[in-house]
Amino acid sequence: MAEFSLPANSKVVEGKTFPAPAGATRVKKFKVYRYDPDKNENPRMDTYEIDLDACGPMVLDALIKIKNEIDSTLTFRRSCREGVCGSCAMNVGGTNTLACINAISDFRGDIAVYPLPHMMVVKDLVPDLTNAYAQYASIQPWLQADTPAAPGKERLQSPEEREELDGLWECVLCFSCSTGCPSYWWNSDRYLGPATLLQAYRWIADSRDEYTGERLDALEDPFRLYRCHTIMNCTNTCPKNLNPGKAIAKIKQKMVERR
Amino acid sequence: MSLQTDLARVRGLGSAKEGTGHWWAQRLTAVALVPLGIWFVFAAVSLAGANLGEFRAWLTVPYNLILMVLLVGVLFHHMQLGMQVVFEDYIHNERSKTVVLILNKFVAVILGVSCIIALLRVAFGG
Ligand code: SF4
Ligand code: FES
Repeated sequence: MAEFSLPANSKVVEGKTFPAPAGATRVKKFKVYRYDPDKNENPRMDTYEIDLDACGPMVLDALIKIKNEIDSTLTFRRSCREGVCGSCAMNVGGTNTLACINAISDFRGDIAVYPLPHMMVVKDLVPDLTNAYAQYASIQPWLQADTPAAPGKERLQSPEEREELDGLWECVLCFSCSTGCPSYWWNSDRYLGPATLLQAYRWIADSRDEYTGERLDALEDPFRLYRCHTIMNCTNTCPKNLNPGKAIAKIKQKMVERR
Repeated sequence: MSLQTDLARVRGLGSAKEGTGHWWAQRLTAVALVPLGIWFVFAAVSLAGANLGEFRAWLTVPYNLILMVLLVGVLFHHMQLGMQVVFEDYIHNERSKTVVLILNKFVAVILGVSCIIALLRVAFGG
């Protein structure tokens, strides 16, 4: 059966508190999930009081400040700090999002920061994305065509054909959507999840690709595709404001069309 | 322990190349249940307090019987499709899942057929 409660060694306990420096006037509390695989301890929530007058505006700025100035053991992924690499995906204030494009001022009260939900945790805010990446690789996310491109030329697309890819190419593969999906929580071993399905549709919708039928064949499965129950958490949570739910609906539509 | 690659694990046994029929049938039965359901509510209200004789008279009107049989058939088919998805979602032990899925079909067919026979007996039986 699906498990609805955490195993005893995953229960989150209260952690340490790091108070703000004396004299700080604008203080914000960050409650951050901490888990160290090298210690035989349960995960804990550490509290960091941040002086907002000495911190950048984004949630990621606060995490970087914590790591640089308060607690160097805090572990998280980040790279571009402008919402294009997808590395800093985590659960901030109850929503999966990119820490670097969320302003601290948009959150009222304390800010709770967890890793992406329902994934194995490598350390602190770093989830194990091995399975998600393998699923992404399984949909063959590259252009496949038998007709060779004209020598020295690009493969052409009309402006309307190119428009079909809008709302798809912008995906940064942060997996906020997949890890926010209950169906993916219960069945991620077989369900591909919204991120990978949106990417699959990105190639199905590409007019230059000649393997649309094979792509649909590979998706036509009660689990790979049809575990989507239109819950729409994916679309609600996507930090790039994309609509994976719609992309999945379009795949289902194509499945019916070709019958 | 398994030393399989991640890609091999994810590809697994490949795609079942089905699921669309199930999905489409679930949608169609859902759509069909809207008018059937509304009709049934009105019928049930109009029959409130009726005795067996009055109900039998109502049921022998051909379109009432047809709609009743359709309602029962579509309803149990829809129920069975929906329950299958729920069981697939939450039961992760392959063996118990297979048993439950088979029982699901059997129960739906037994209940559906029983209902239809009951309707026919009331309509035509002695
Ligand atoms: S669709 Fe949005 S939430 Fe999902 S992986 Fe792409 S950018 Fe992230
Ligand atoms: S650091 Fe690249 S998306 Fe946030």
